[in-house]
Amino acid sequence: MSLLEVENLSVKFKTNDGIVSAVNDVSFSMDAGKTLAIVGESGSGKSQTAFSILGLLAPNGLSTGSVKFDGQEILNAPLKELNKVRAEEIAIVFQDPMTSLNPYMRVSEQMAEVLIHHQGISKAEAFNQSVAMLDAVKIPDAKRRARLYPHEFSGGMRQRVMIAMSLLCRPKLLIADEPTTALDVTVQAQIMDLFSDIQKEFGMGVILITHDLGVVAGFCEDVLVLYGGRVMEQGPVDPVFENPSHPYTQGLLRAIPRIDQKSDVLDTIPGTPPNMLLPPKGCPFVARCKHADDICGDQLPDLCELTAGRLRACHQPMEKLV
Amino acid sequence: MTAPLLKVEDLRVTFRLKSEGDMPWTKPKRLHAVGGVNFELKQGETLGIVGESGCGKSTLARALIRMVQAQGSVVWMGQEELLGLSKRQMMKYRSEIQMVFQDPLASLNPRKTVGEIIAEPLRTHNPSLSKKEIVAEVKAMMEKVSLLPNQINRYPHEFSGGQCQRIGIARALIVRPKMIICDEPVSALDVSIQAQVINLLMDLQKEMGLSLVFIAHDLSVVKHISNRVMVLYLGKVMEIADRDDLYDNPRHPYTQALISAVPIPEPKIERNKETILLEGDLPSPLAPPSGCVFRTRCPKATDLCAQEIPSLEQGTEGSSHKVACHFSD
Amino acid sequence: MLIKKEKMEMLAETLSEQDVKGRSLWADARKRFFQNKAAVTGMITLVLVFLFAFLGTYFAKYTNDEIDFMVIGQVLELGSPSIETGHYFGTDDLGRDLFARVVQGTQISLMVGIVGAAIAVIAGTLYGATAGYVGGRVDNIMMRIVDILMAVPYMFVIILLLVIFGRSISMLFVGIGLLSWLEMSRIVRGQTLSIKNKEFIEAAQATGVPGFLIIIRHIVPNLMGVVAVYATLLVPLMILTESFISFLGLGVQEPDTSWGALIFEGAGTMQYGTLWQLVFPLFFFVITLFAFFFVGDGLRDALDPKDR
Repeated sequence: MSLLEVENLSVKFKTNDGIVSAVNDVSFSMDAGKTLAIVGESGSGKSQTAFSILGLLAPNGLSTGSVKFDGQEILNAPLKELNKVRAEEIAIVFQDPMTSLNPYMRVSEQMAEVLIHHQGISKAEAFNQSVAMLDAVKIPDAKRRARLYPHEFSGGMRQRVMIAMSLLCRPKLLIADEPTTALDVTVQAQIMDLFSDIQKEFGMGVILITHDLGVVAGFCEDVLVLYGGRVMEQGPVDPVFENPSHPYTQGLLRAIPRIDQKSDVLDTIPGTPPNMLLPPKGCPFVARCKHADDICGDQLPDLCELTAGRLRACHQPMEKLV
Repeated sequence: MTAPLLKVEDLRVTFRLKSEGDMPWTKPKRLHAVGGVNFELKQGETLGIVGESGCGKSTLARALIRMVQAQGSVVWMGQEELLGLSKRQMMKYRSEIQMVFQDPLASLNPRKTVGEIIAEPLRTHNPSLSKKEIVAEVKAMMEKVSLLPNQINRYPHEFSGGQCQRIGIARALIVRPKMIICDEPVSALDVSIQAQVINLLMDLQKEMGLSLVFIAHDLSVVKHISNRVMVLYLGKVMEIADRDDLYDNPRHPYTQALISAVPIPEPKIERNKETILLEGDLPSPLAPPSGCVFRTRCPKATDLCAQEIPSLEQGTEGSSHKVACHFSD
Repeated sequence: MLIKKEKMEMLAETLSEQDVKGRSLWADARKRFFQNKAAVTGMITLVLVFLFAFLGTYFAKYTNDEIDFMVIGQVLELGSPSIETGHYFGTDDLGRDLFARVVQGTQISLMVGIVGAAIAVIAGTLYGATAGYVGGRVDNIMMRIVDILMAVPYMFVIILLLVIFGRSISMLFVGIGLLSWLEMSRIVRGQTLSIKNKEFIEAAQATGVPGFLIIIRHIVPNLMGVVAVYATLLVPLMILTESFISFLGLGVQEPDTSWGALIFEGAGTMQYGTLWQLVFPLFFFVITLFAFFFVGDGLRDALDPKDR
């Protein structure tokens, strides 16, 4: 049985200007101990997908569909149940660690609080466990640093603290929402290195939400490409990157300047992402796609199997997309 | 040989910081944001400046156009020392050096129409132009950056991030500058939009013969757009070289670490490549390490590095590849 | 189909000679404002009060200083509000028509409020924006001056002014104007500090726009939201101040009057049973204050939707 099973997940937001469909009919499943990347640009619905799984949507958001964790339905579950899941089974790491740490509490206190609250252990024991976890995320001199306040850490160290905190209850699934976007490359390399170490050590599943395809290539086994709130393509990382089956994935991979190659002109994807207030009737990518024809604007392409384990949502046959 | 467009020598920026609770008579701390930078920029060339946050790259850019106080020498076209000019004398050069900013939306006044925003430098530097002429110029420039000229009366919030950045570029170009300083112009944009803006910048550069100073933390983008690249760390130049030299044959340990840390969007390569992981954090710029500023995180550091500041030297005679390291390969 | 339609639209937009009209932040705010029922009610109330103040004289059968000798001495019996006698709101203790007096008092009170707020808007905005934009020592000196002025008990100063220079409307304006801009300049300075660090200010500096123009072109328009909100909340404050001064008997001079003076008189004669003398001015006073507060709240919500 898979660890996480998401079926027909849709997220809508009521705003002053109308209803925004941030996520439409997203389905995927993930086995324990696996690494999945959710890739997309801003507004693609990648973060909202993660937030709705954990019931962290903004108050004007509404999610429908089904999210099963370990066979148990957790989408729109009562808060009490959700809190238990959030604390013990699924942890989340955000882009900006400073917003999720209380600036007026020592790091050790914040970490110990989680343990004391959820596992009911003594204060001293909780402190020791916190220090051990800070050690595990390779914070040097963890015992002394545990007594510091969040602002006394650098950006990279803060992100380590967040990761340590999320690991305290030994979750089965870790959702990392753009964990390295705010960090410098060398620090990003450290953090991604740490992620792969702890992922192996704790044997947990990781969902990495990011826009950086390079990070995905290095860390993840499977990838889900979102655009306009819909799944464009899905499958194991290697074939998807080597031979992308969707014009959007193709365009994305070609639009990135590469440090290991020389190029004179970058390929671009023309135009801008769709307005989610008035999503197009057909494929969300239609306005920017160079292969699009009449049917693309009219009909939503189904997510069909390409080869075993690979799905794509495109009307055009693979042969045409070269 | 003609003089370079811009010749910077020993540029230093020092901030005086007063921390809270200081008595009025305590001496403010000195923060050397930029410590002795040298470079030249030729007409039509692009200089990429890379470095991590806090390395002083944005401060350096602002020092060039005197938005922050700096010491040293910045010579424009072999004749004018920019740092010594009075405010009024500097005005002339402000139209020749323009700037594009990082945050596309924040760099546009939300209460002004696109037309007013793009026209501002023109109104400042050519006050004699009539309204009609200004509108015509603005529309021509909007077309040049692929914006629809009939959107001239719209407001910034009605545009997407990429379009806002085009507006920013149009504003910089409208006074026909010779040089543009781009401070992280694409780092706030999505990947698919980023490529559009980079291509636009490169096209315009070719068309108008612009020189660019391109500041970014993304090494791949800098590689794509630059002719020469300068690597900064804690306000000091670690390495400066022609683009291909630097990326194919980085000689400073910091440059090597930076390049190796950039993820490559190809799983087989990315998983098997060797990444040099740097230890620890960026030291506080208020108390930089003695000797070489990079030594606290450098895998090659020895006692010598703590004692002596390495000078920026050419590897071989006449080469334009300069490194500041005692042990450069 | 859809793609074609979109392309057609794009084409049409490109070809059209007409420039597309923009939707400014103000237009957005206006839309949000008119969706706010309380604010719109307040707005309508204000319009009605203004109409009352400036058209009321045409309906009054008496002037505000005309004494109805029929009523004098028997105000309780003959001076009560009635349509027949033409004293719609009744008369005051001296037999003067209360309707005419309320109309005239409304004019004065609104004028005091609006002039006070206007002085605050102009002086406070420029002063605060300059202090905030220039910063450093200039900012320090300018704001310390404000601090010192604020430390002076303003009521005392106003009373002193009125006593020394005699009671007159212009003196009242001077007094109220002197104090109203202080708070405004502080608020504006704070806002300016945050706007100053935005990149578009830097962009203007980089291209060499002179400081004065940056303040006028870039900072002030972005301050207008806060200023508008604060100004609408300032108007009732000014009215209150004037009322208080009039209540002390130092405000406008007879036969002119204001809400404060009328309420004072009305309160004085309450015990004789001529309640209308208190109720009418008080009614206008209260609804106007409420209306201003609602409008101010509505403006704040409309201009700064993030706060909700």
